[in-house]
Amino acid sequence: MKTKTFPMGGIHIDKHKITSHKAIIDAGLPEYVYIPIKQHIGAPAKILVQKGDKVKVGTLLADADGLVSADIHSSVSGEVVKIEDIVNVDAYLTPMIVIKVEGDEYEKSIDRTPDIIKDITLSREEIIQRIRESGIVGMGGAGYPTPIKTTIPEGKTADTLIINGIECEAYLTADDRLMVEHAEEIIIGAKILNKALGIQNAIIAIDENKPEAIEKMQSLCRKYVGVNVAVCESKYPQGAEKQLIKAITGREVPSGKLPIDVHCIVQNAGTTFAVYEAVQKHKPLYERIITVSGDEAAETPQNFRVRVGTPASFLIKQVTKHPKKIGKVIFGGAMMGISAVNMEAPTTKLTSGILLLTDKDANKPQSSECIRCARCADFCPMGLRPYAIATALKNHELSELGGLHTMDCIECGSCSYICPARIPLLDYCKLGKMEVRKQLKK
Amino acid sequence: MNIILSGVLVLGGIGFCAALILYYVAQKFHTDDDMRVQKIEKILPGANCGGCGQAGCHDFAVACATSDEKSFEKLHCTVGGNKLMKEIADILGYKAVEKAPTVAVLRCQGSCQNAPIKFEFSGLQSCRLATQIATARSECPYGCMRLGDCVNACKFGALKMNPKTGLPEVDENKCVSCGACVAVCPKQLFEIRPKGKDGKRVYVACRNQLKGAQARKNCSVACIACQKCAKINSEIKIENNLSYIPTSVDAEQYGEILAKSCPTGAIVYTGLKKENNQHED
Amino acid sequence: MLKISTAPHINSPQSTQSIMRDVIIALMPAFVVALCVFGVSALEVIITSVAGCVVFEYMICKYLMHIQPTTWDLSAVVTGLLLGYNLPAGFPIWMNLIGCFVAIAITKMAFGGIGKNLFNPALAGRVFLLISFPMEMTTWPKPHIFDFMNTDMQTGATTLGILKHLDAETSATALSRATTNQEQLPDYLDMFLGNIGGSIGEISTLALILGFIYLLYRRIISWHIPVYYIATFMILTTIHWLLTGSTQAEPMTQLLSGGLFLGTIFMATDYTTSPMSRQGRIIFAIGCGILTYVIRFYSVYPEGVSFAILIMNAFVPMIDNLCVPRVFGTRRK
Repeated sequence: MKTKTFPMGGIHIDKHKITSHKAIIDAGLPEYVYIPIKQHIGAPAKILVQKGDKVKVGTLLADADGLVSADIHSSVSGEVVKIEDIVNVDAYLTPMIVIKVEGDEYEKSIDRTPDIIKDITLSREEIIQRIRESGIVGMGGAGYPTPIKTTIPEGKTADTLIINGIECEAYLTADDRLMVEHAEEIIIGAKILNKALGIQNAIIAIDENKPEAIEKMQSLCRKYVGVNVAVCESKYPQGAEKQLIKAITGREVPSGKLPIDVHCIVQNAGTTFAVYEAVQKHKPLYERIITVSGDEAAETPQNFRVRVGTPASFLIKQVTKHPKKIGKVIFGGAMMGISAVNMEAPTTKLTSGILLLTDKDANKPQSSECIRCARCADFCPMGLRPYAIATALKNHELSELGGLHTMDCIECGSCSYICPARIPLLDYCKLGKMEVRKQLKK
Repeated sequence: MNIILSGVLVLGGIGFCAALILYYVAQKFHTDDDMRVQKIEKILPGANCGGCGQAGCHDFAVACATSDEKSFEKLHCTVGGNKLMKEIADILGYKAVEKAPTVAVLRCQGSCQNAPIKFEFSGLQSCRLATQIATARSECPYGCMRLGDCVNACKFGALKMNPKTGLPEVDENKCVSCGACVAVCPKQLFEIRPKGKDGKRVYVACRNQLKGAQARKNCSVACIACQKCAKINSEIKIENNLSYIPTSVDAEQYGEILAKSCPTGAIVYTGLKKENNQHED
Repeated sequence: MLKISTAPHINSPQSTQSIMRDVIIALMPAFVVALCVFGVSALEVIITSVAGCVVFEYMICKYLMHIQPTTWDLSAVVTGLLLGYNLPAGFPIWMNLIGCFVAIAITKMAFGGIGKNLFNPALAGRVFLLISFPMEMTTWPKPHIFDFMNTDMQTGATTLGILKHLDAETSATALSRATTNQEQLPDYLDMFLGNIGGSIGEISTLALILGFIYLLYRRIISWHIPVYYIATFMILTTIHWLLTGSTQAEPMTQLLSGGLFLGTIFMATDYTTSPMSRQGRIIFAIGCGILTYVIRFYSVYPEGVSFAILIMNAFVPMIDNLCVPRVFGTRRK
């Protein structure tokens, strides 16, 4: 079968998808959950509860503050014991609501039956309202509030909805398992998004290393008009928005523009599933699928269904008996994940995986001199020249950075990965972006 | 003879043509530059550090030349100092205003000894980058990252990493208070303060805004907002669990008392430095 | 204590060292052929040049630049091998060491070490030797296959040398030239396998192509430079041959003789001294092809590959400035 892909750059990495055949299991309830009030891009939510309040699963804890923000719901039932600033995984002191878990009671409105509801009865406005009330954000990692993405800005048109089922990151299998076990729900979710956006068709993009998901989706799609499966090459970063649009539609998002400018909307498969649950089952976003994996450090890697706010250590305990062996804990995949400063950091709506590395693998190799092999430029999916960005920064030629299109960097990390001299090129690009932002502010 | 003659003629001809072209170009592209701008630019340090608030030395020269007597008072080249400003004032025919010399101070004492490094960081050694993935190197989320972005930013070689403490140190004699370190530090640890008489300054060398007990747990020289300094001088304000000594507080008069009153040693008085050093040794 | 670091947390298995190791492996078939054809006299030259380059690099790093010696990235070994491959068997050791010094000290380390040199070190060393010691550099021992201990210096000319000589001296018609002198020239199979006179590493086209296939398989180099280089050169030669009918321009002979394959596969593709964009590499290769043709046919030297590559090396910074890859989402200016 011919697979689709983007033409420029991209790397083939060893994906280590060791958990792709492991069914999703419930992670259980920790003793305490730590729910950050900012799990999305934009303003932090306004806290509605107080210390001592009793909450149930699905109780609104914090209200979206403005348009670019998202509601936060309780993921457990119990008592709010503390609200204070705790270091989050993204290294910022974030106010968190600490809840002591007592029992497992749900809000009455949540439909917990396993039936799949196929009829979409709500109107367009009601759907968007329901998505907003459920606190859904882009679960691929960016955390952009979904209600904004489901309303097309004035003067723009959209004709293609792409459901991003490409998990091009190493180790992660959360979306893969979700597509296998909840294929129909995702398709209905896509139909719901179709209705909200006023588009007739949806394309579910899956990369070729997920044969089970592809097969399941393809057989189900025959029943649903307007939903199609596109098989993409297993190449990194195939799941990046701009690269995915290029692969599926052949359109190129202009520099500095958004997908909507080429009439496309991309939603993550996990987000689509959350939309289905919110709209059809009235279930707010309080749990998600997380892959806990690792080569040696994780003895029994697993795909978990995890309540938001569960500390990473609670999950780590379930996959390894020797936590001392762990040298690095990464929230996310091996290419773009954030390495956590401690194991107590809570999982959020955006955590797609927790990757454990042994002490040995945790060390970054020493960098040496650039040998001008140009691999970074050859493999950059955006056609940038990371070596030139690094040189400009080293030589304090900050005015050069704009001309090098530093701001177009998608921070995929292909350059750092491929560099034979192990130069942290992505770090230079990130630093370059900071400098350009500073220049723009002036 | 012929060869010599033709050689002279050809070379002379080329020279003449080139002279004509040069003359024409000079006429055609002549600009009416303010001579004063050129004069001022000549005596400026030419470091283009941006310490004066202008984009570079040329811009500063233009700003000086176009200023009137009042607005000239606001212009100041921190690198050249009062001596240079006097020269510029002479060129322009204005009166120079003496400004107290300033210096950059690091408001953190979270050294390897006081606040031990907790995380092993690898990647590009840059504070600004490291702050994106880790709040701090030690337990204190407000402390120095110890990766030396300020040292790289300093164009005058005034900053150096002390390998023993892990903190950058300001060389008072080299620092021109251009503010590059202030701008680059992701923790806003640097402040430009008046140098003070005989280099005597007093300031709170801490930026942490945590409550006393937690702050003390994180770092042994943290400001714990105990109010003791505020009782000595009413100008000292405590906000967000952090004391700040304004520059108006007379260092010579209060410096020693303040430094001694501080139970954690977060207040630094440079007049006492020598004793401290001896104590450390 | 948990370690924290910036993303990505994994790295490609290819490192500078592994790349250099692969290049050394790719050079091995030619080494075997050289041993079979020239015996110990070739081994001696290669060992001298490799050892010379490694020792010079180590000493300069340690005692002059005061940096961690970069010996373990194996780049000096590659330089040494290539320099040795570019010398005739039985080349005097002391001259060889001068070549090593020029290659490592002047061409590489004086510019700042690995990745900073403008010219290919091995080629610069060879050209320096060629200009300084023209006699020794063009004394080519005749091949004596599987006679390892033979150090008897029975010398002959290289194919290109014969061709050049013919073109200059004879004034007969094209046809008679071809008939009278064809016997002097080795046949194609000998040239392909390596049973001819010439520099140590350049004689066997087959061995070099094997190395090329290995480099392509390991994704060390792309096919662009060698293919464009040889194609440009062959097109120009063929046109020349068709127009003049001269024996010298006989395309197959030109292709299989001299350092064309060694230069184009291993030296024109050197990362440091070739352009960094695909488009730039193509321009570079075409430039090399044209220069090789011009030097081989219109200069006093029979061989032009090393000069061509060195001259194009000088243009690399300019090519890099002109050929910038298109950024995603923008139009090429």
